[in-house]
Amino acid sequence: MEQIEFDYPAAKRRITKKAHVGVVGSGDMEVLMEPSPTERAHVSITTSVDGFQSSWKAVFDRFFSKFDGAVRIQINDAGATPGSVMLRLEQAAEVINQ
Amino acid sequence: MSQTSFIPEFVSRKSFIELDGRRRAQSLFDEGTWKELVGPFDRMESPWLPRQGIAPQFDDGCVVIKGKIGGMPAVAIALEGAFQGGSIGEVSGAKMTAALDLATKDSEAGKRTAAILLLETGGVRLQEANLGLAAVAEVISSVLALRPHAPVITLIAGTVGCFGGMALAAGVSSYVVMTREARLGLNGPEVIEQESGIDEFDSSDRALIWAIHGGEQRVGMGLADALVEDDAEKIKATIRGYVQADLRPEYRSQQVELYRDRIAALDTSEQIDPLNLRQRWNNKTTGGLR
Repeated sequence: MEQIEFDYPAAKRRITKKAHVGVVGSGDMEVLMEPSPTERAHVSITTSVDGFQSSWKAVFDRFFSKFDGAVRIQINDAGATPGSVMLRLEQAAEVINQ
Repeated sequence: MSQTSFIPEFVSRKSFIELDGRRRAQSLFDEGTWKELVGPFDRMESPWLPRQGIAPQFDDGCVVIKGKIGGMPAVAIALEGAFQGGSIGEVSGAKMTAALDLATKDSEAGKRTAAILLLETGGVRLQEANLGLAAVAEVISSVLALRPHAPVITLIAGTVGCFGGMALAAGVSSYVVMTREARLGLNGPEVIEQESGIDEFDSSDRALIWAIHGGEQRVGMGLADALVEDDAEKIKATIRGYVQADLRPEYRSQQVELYRDRIAALDTSEQIDPLNLRQRWNNKTTGGLR
């Protein structure tokens, strides 16, 4: 198991809602998205699959190239592929932006 | 060419099995009456899983929802089958017990609160060992405490099924509702094969497994009360019926003599087949046989 943390200082838009999507089932993950306590976005991941920090970084770099909300994201992951991760993030962002 | 307007029922039907634990529980309640207790944002995770290199879940795979069903107070407790096989650990067990005990407290105070257990579980979470076993004992004793005041309804929709310690909780509940896809049994097929050999039970033979553990057979034997289709609306209506139902005068788990006699009467010198067992015990359903 691995803990991974990222900061995205450029994401400053204030958000008010929170979202929870997904299940920690095989090949899937759950994400909590809520207003950040600071003025930047913060990501923390708990994953059961070790050694994929650069893949996580790539997914979040892409996600935050479009999403600008100051969110705190917490993830429990059971081996979701980068594609599934992005889908879950977009699903949560949709709830936040509703 | 004339266009056919025939649309099979299963196209328009909303599947219950395809919903996750949280949405299953939500779908049972009257619209706008429910709220989730100790949800994922409370972050009541298992403290034991990360120490063993396993990612936990924010709600520990147990969803508790309180609200009204058919206008009557009810609480639904759903185990999420996709997370660790729906297994019951220290935290999920405590959530389940606490929810049942609060329903008992309300019921004793004159506000009858039914409990619905949505069980998709392999039983005790092996990583939490004794704590999981203790949780099963607590859940059973809480079900027994609530049962004289309000209905405790177990709903097994599938496709994980309900096995191990939680099958005991299903066994003591007031009513058991199953789909054809669901299974109910103390030992799962793999466990039986591992312990007794493939001659005894071939866990790769799905038709055999469902002919023994499946919803149709369980209802047919009288070990479950209702067989429902995998249809969210039909399941909701069935559960509503049991929430509003009278309390049972006698529970299956109290009919010790009846079941003892039934088992004593079985002739084990020849193979007992599922249909034969149904005919002898209850004979409620006719399908689902191989």
